[in-house]
Amino acid sequence: MKIRLRNPRREVEMAGPLRVHVLLDRLALNRESVLVIRQDTLVTGDVLLEDGDEVEVRPVISGGGA
Amino acid sequence: MKCRSCRQPAVIEVRRHNAGFCAGCFLRHCREQVARAIHDHAMVERGDRVLVPVSGGKDSLGLWDLLLDLGYEADGLYLGLGIGEYSDESRAFATGFAEGRGLSLRVLDLPAEHGFGIPDGAAAARRVPCSACGLSKRHLFNEAALEGGYDVVATGHNLDDEAAVLFGNVLHWSTEYLGRQLPVLPAARGFVRKVKPLIRLGEREMAAYCVLRGIDYIVEECPMAEGNRHLGYKAALDAIEERSPGSKASFYLGFLERASHRFVPDATVEQERLGPCISCGAPTTGEVCAFCRLVEKAHAAPAPRSEAVSVGRPRRRARGDA
Repeated sequence: MKIRLRNPRREVEMAGPLRVHVLLDRLALNRESVLVIRQDTLVTGDVLLEDGDEVEVRPVISGGGA
Repeated sequence: MKCRSCRQPAVIEVRRHNAGFCAGCFLRHCREQVARAIHDHAMVERGDRVLVPVSGGKDSLGLWDLLLDLGYEADGLYLGLGIGEYSDESRAFATGFAEGRGLSLRVLDLPAEHGFGIPDGAAAARRVPCSACGLSKRHLFNEAALEGGYDVVATGHNLDDEAAVLFGNVLHWSTEYLGRQLPVLPAARGFVRKVKPLIRLGEREMAAYCVLRGIDYIVEECPMAEGNRHLGYKAALDAIEERSPGSKASFYLGFLERASHRFVPDATVEQERLGPCISCGAPTTGEVCAFCRLVEKAHAAPAPRSEAVSVGRPRRRARGDA
């Protein structure tokens, strides 16, 4: 599956199936600091991601200036 | 995972509440948390005119949306800070939100109206960018609210922001700042009331709120904020929260309930020394307010040699150049 990350913007490929919380562990990301969005829909940590899914891992710390 | 309220499939887990929520129940949860914060701290009354400074980020746009949804009369204010492409992009999100919903948004621009952007102003005043940015925003938001006849300025500071500021204030025992770290700063001579209705919602909840409401916002961090202390405090608190959900809420909301009143006298002393700035008339403890001193230093600094423009390093405008 294709994983889109930010800060900096980049894409990584990962093989499925795997659960969201496992994905975050593999990416060494704190689950309090990101949202996981699959095909434009928010998903919880127990959801199983499949090959072919398009996944965005969005940091929740953002903005601040203008 | 099922929604705590309706048992439909959840789209977000909020570990602090030990609960999952479906989209509809989560949006209701957010509205309830904001309504509770407003009620508990007497932030806004029905009929008040509210000014919401919006940066194009999730918190300020989400707050504007929530206040309107709760039936308050709220207009937006965008302040361009001259941070290159980042400012251009954030302005597009703010104006896009307002135009898409037919809302009133006043747009101000620091370089056009005061002759400098945050990167150059901070360098000239030998301040860190976030400090120059914060003082410019406080001054200009208050000024715009007074000019526009607003009763209250509502800012998008969320639970994580307030917990991180509290962490820093406690780490340094900044008692005067602790005395002012309240969700409501009442109106005083020269100051409009300031409120923080998002103190019961975390950063992650606000991001999820915007996703579920279809609010487009700038996801990238401000390039000037990279490596700042505040982000370090947030990361430290996130590490604690991951092991012990609810720690941030207990830390900050516990401070409000059990400790904040102890520090109010430290802040009151400072308030009693306020007089009008001889340059702009804004309240200040000195002869000239911090914003006017920043403007003066930015104008006195030599113009940069390079005309190159990149994110975080915008071209300085000459004084009066709009």
